[in-house]
Amino acid sequence: MSEFLHPKNMGEIKDADGVGKVGNPVCGDIMWVYIKVGKDKKGNEILKDIKFKTFGCAAAIATSSMITQLAKGKEIEKAEKISMNDIASSLKGLPLIKMHCSVLATQALKKAIEDYGEKKSLLNVPSR
Amino acid sequence: MNPLYFDNAATTKVDERVVKEMLPYFSEKFGNASSQHTAGQEAKNALEKAKKMIAKKINAKTEEIIFTSGGTESNNLALKGLFFTNYPKKNHIITTRIEHDSVLNACRWLETKGAPITYLNVDREGFIDLNELKKAITEKTFLVSIIHGNNEIGTIQNIEEIGKICREKKVLFHTDACQSFTKVPINVTKQNLDLVTLNAHKIHGPKGVGALYIKKGIKLIPLAHGGGQEKKLRSGTENIPGIVGFVKAVKIVNSKDIQRMTILRDKLISRLLEIPNVTLNGPRKSRLCNNVNVSFNNIEGEAIGGYLENEGIYTSTGSACMSNTLETSHVLKAIGLSPLQSNSSLRISISKFTTEEEIDYFIEKIKQIVTKLRRISPLIN
Repeated sequence: MSEFLHPKNMGEIKDADGVGKVGNPVCGDIMWVYIKVGKDKKGNEILKDIKFKTFGCAAAIATSSMITQLAKGKEIEKAEKISMNDIASSLKGLPLIKMHCSVLATQALKKAIEDYGEKKSLLNVPSR
Repeated sequence: MNPLYFDNAATTKVDERVVKEMLPYFSEKFGNASSQHTAGQEAKNALEKAKKMIAKKINAKTEEIIFTSGGTESNNLALKGLFFTNYPKKNHIITTRIEHDSVLNACRWLETKGAPITYLNVDREGFIDLNELKKAITEKTFLVSIIHGNNEIGTIQNIEEIGKICREKKVLFHTDACQSFTKVPINVTKQNLDLVTLNAHKIHGPKGVGALYIKKGIKLIPLAHGGGQEKKLRSGTENIPGIVGFVKAVKIVNSKDIQRMTILRDKLISRLLEIPNVTLNGPRKSRLCNNVNVSFNNIEGEAIGGYLENEGIYTSTGSACMSNTLETSHVLKAIGLSPLQSNSSLRISISKFTTEEEIDYFIEKIKQIVTKLRRISPLIN
């Protein structure tokens, strides 16, 4: 409940490295996740910043907020593996009927990371 | 501050005067109305007096009222009871797309028993088209069942005109008047009503009690067989405390309360429509005096409801996430709302206990919440 009433990392990143847009207005929820990628001291790619925008119910807002907190500062590969159960347990439980909200949150983050990967591979295409 | 209860279309607070009236019927006058002794006759008298009073309120005869467990049972008894009386000679029912679930789901069940059902469309404000109704009536039609005041968007149908059509075409007319009873006049003679569903808990009466008006001469097959109470239409020992409470709730309805609610409703609607990108669902006129339903476009109704609850305000949503089925409201869909608009809706239903200060407080809070949620909406740049 407090995650819903006081969500963290709300908003958008204007110069995001990746954006993940998921959702289906027919079923209800829409989530957009923005990521900014940086490197840690060892040179691994990490999620330097992450923000979200959500049209959805209390659970959708809470799961969006939770995944951004779980992912922030993490290495990309680890962030990608955050599961719906990780979110649910961090929220100290999520009603069964709302589990789809946490699935949506993981999908949004995965898409943002994919988007980043695609952009990077385009940039890395060697020039002739 | 006590919670602000703005969900009176769901149920209402029982009036203290109603509770007081009911109390003696639990442990002092607890007799069974079927018993011959004095205690039984005491209950029987209370029952008869109650019928007389409810009948008078809708211009019916005392013997045309039976008590039930509430709106759902009355609706089921009307629909199924008439179907099994008329089938197979006649089997067609006409209803609307905006009925309460107790009518819609009874109809869907009857479809499996051989009843073709016509679900009439409604316009943007929730009104049926009388010509569409006329055209839908066939020689197989035995019943038209149309909700009087809609529970979600407050639309009040013109039941007098519908009644006229049904009379001309010689089909029975049933209306579910759970939301409208005592708020809008019901006169079974003037409005040509054959069956009317009524209940207590929407008008500050107890839960678990309702009534069905059945015009004299109409035959129904009962849902429950047993001791033959309520003219064999509804077996089971009568809920005398509930019935006494129901009658008290009807008695204390005051036309000034209705006028006050209407003024507060209109104020609430006007103030809500001042917020950018808010649209009213349902009509401005011919609307239940306690119903407001709006869509706060681009934000989700249940999220609004959650934040409102945190401020101590109880409302209701037609949003997908609210229900266990994750389906959006069939009523909002019927009036042409997109799933997004439907998911953005909020129902605010007031009562005679609602004050102007509560409306002001609500407006102040809702503005803050809408601003906050719109800031995180992906639908707004």
